Amino acid sequence: MNITVTLFAQMIAFIAMIWLVNRFLWAPLSSMMEARRQRIADGLSASERGKHELKLAEERAVQVIKEAKERATELLAQANGRSTEILDEARNNAKAESERVIAGAQAEIGREVERAKQELSKQVSVLAVIGAERILKREVDAKVHEASIADLVARI
Amino acid sequence: MSAVENTGGGTVEYIQHHLTNWSVGQGFWTLNLDTILVSLMLGALIVFAGMRVGRNLEVGAPSGFQNFVEMVLEFVDTQVKDSFGKRDNALIAPLALTVLVWVWLMNFMDLIPVDLIPAALHMIGLHEFKAVPTTDLNTTMAMALFVFVLTVYYNIKVKGLVGYIKMFLFHPFGKFLVPVNMVMTAIEELAKPISLGLRLFGNMFAGELVFLLIALLTLGATISASLLIWFPLQVVLDVAWLIFHILVITLQAFIFMVLTIVYLGMAHITEDEH
Repeated sequence: MNITVTLFAQMIAFIAMIWLVNRFLWAPLSSMMEARRQRIADGLSASERGKHELKLAEERAVQVIKEAKERATELLAQANGRSTEILDEARNNAKAESERVIAGAQAEIGREVERAKQELSKQVSVLAVIGAERILKREVDAKVHEASIADLVARI
Repeated sequence: MSAVENTGGGTVEYIQHHLTNWSVGQGFWTLNLDTILVSLMLGALIVFAGMRVGRNLEVGAPSGFQNFVEMVLEFVDTQVKDSFGKRDNALIAPLALTVLVWVWLMNFMDLIPVDLIPAALHMIGLHEFKAVPTTDLNTTMAMALFVFVLTVYYNIKVKGLVGYIKMFLFHPFGKFLVPVNMVMTAIEELAKPISLGLRLFGNMFAGELVFLLIALLTLGATISASLLIWFPLQVVLDVAWLIFHILVITLQAFIFMVLTIVYLGMAHITEDEH
């Protein structure tokens, strides 16, 4: 029961134990528990961030849809406008073309009529002269009816 | 033990025999081999258990033994944080954990039937063996003195040498009673390690002694009618004391740890914080 050198042996053992407990029990376990605390904290903040990001994404999606709708409406209006434009243009072009064609045709017709008239009057005058000659050969002298034949030719 | 007669001389001899260490050397140079051997074996057990837990650490969902170890660890950590707050010192928590676990295990040896280990060792020729290291004053005082050394070291480190001397001069009665202060503070400081070591030693020694006295009830008794009374009484008393002693060994380990933390915590308080 006396204090002996055992005291010092036990003191050394105690110091060694503190070192060993720290090395093999305290240090690994407390660093692991610290890591766990960190992991839990990270997980919580990650889920918080995830929630936030989800909210942002939802807002963004709504925005994108809205923009797309607007753009579609705009495009539709533009297309409608353009189609009307194209139709008008086509109509105008067609009208102009048809008018041009009609005018050309009418001019041609006029020219043809004029030419036919001239041709006809020429042939009628020839026929009249031939007819008159045949009649006059029998009864009348060409000199007598010259004035009325000329009048006929002029009328034709 | 069978040869010992249940007489006055036999009783004294029995108790003295149980309180004698297995030792080598003489006088101051006596080395209590049983104390050293058992405490080292228990220390090795702690280190072994620590290595086993440390090898397969589960960060996610711990189970079984790791859970228990973590519980003890957090308990100790809470005690240290309560006492130290922000004055962080990496040594204190491992020290407190060592004290708690090691002292508890050494105390636990007290719960092993008093004759079991000596009787077993008697068979291999060892005649004296004290299985409880904390019933050896050397063990408890060794720890208490180391805590005392640490207390002085941190007192000087935190307060400075001048601050430490000032503590002796001006506490607890101020600057007009310097001589009284010196005596008072010296007693106060010296009483800390002595009471710390003696408290644990006394409790464990007394506990061991009560176990011995209970064991004496039927020691060397012959088969007779009186045994019908003494044997059941011994069993009942033994179980009762055993259950009570579970509380005592835990409480003493806890008290030793808390006082270690508190003493070291006090050493970390600077002058202006008083």
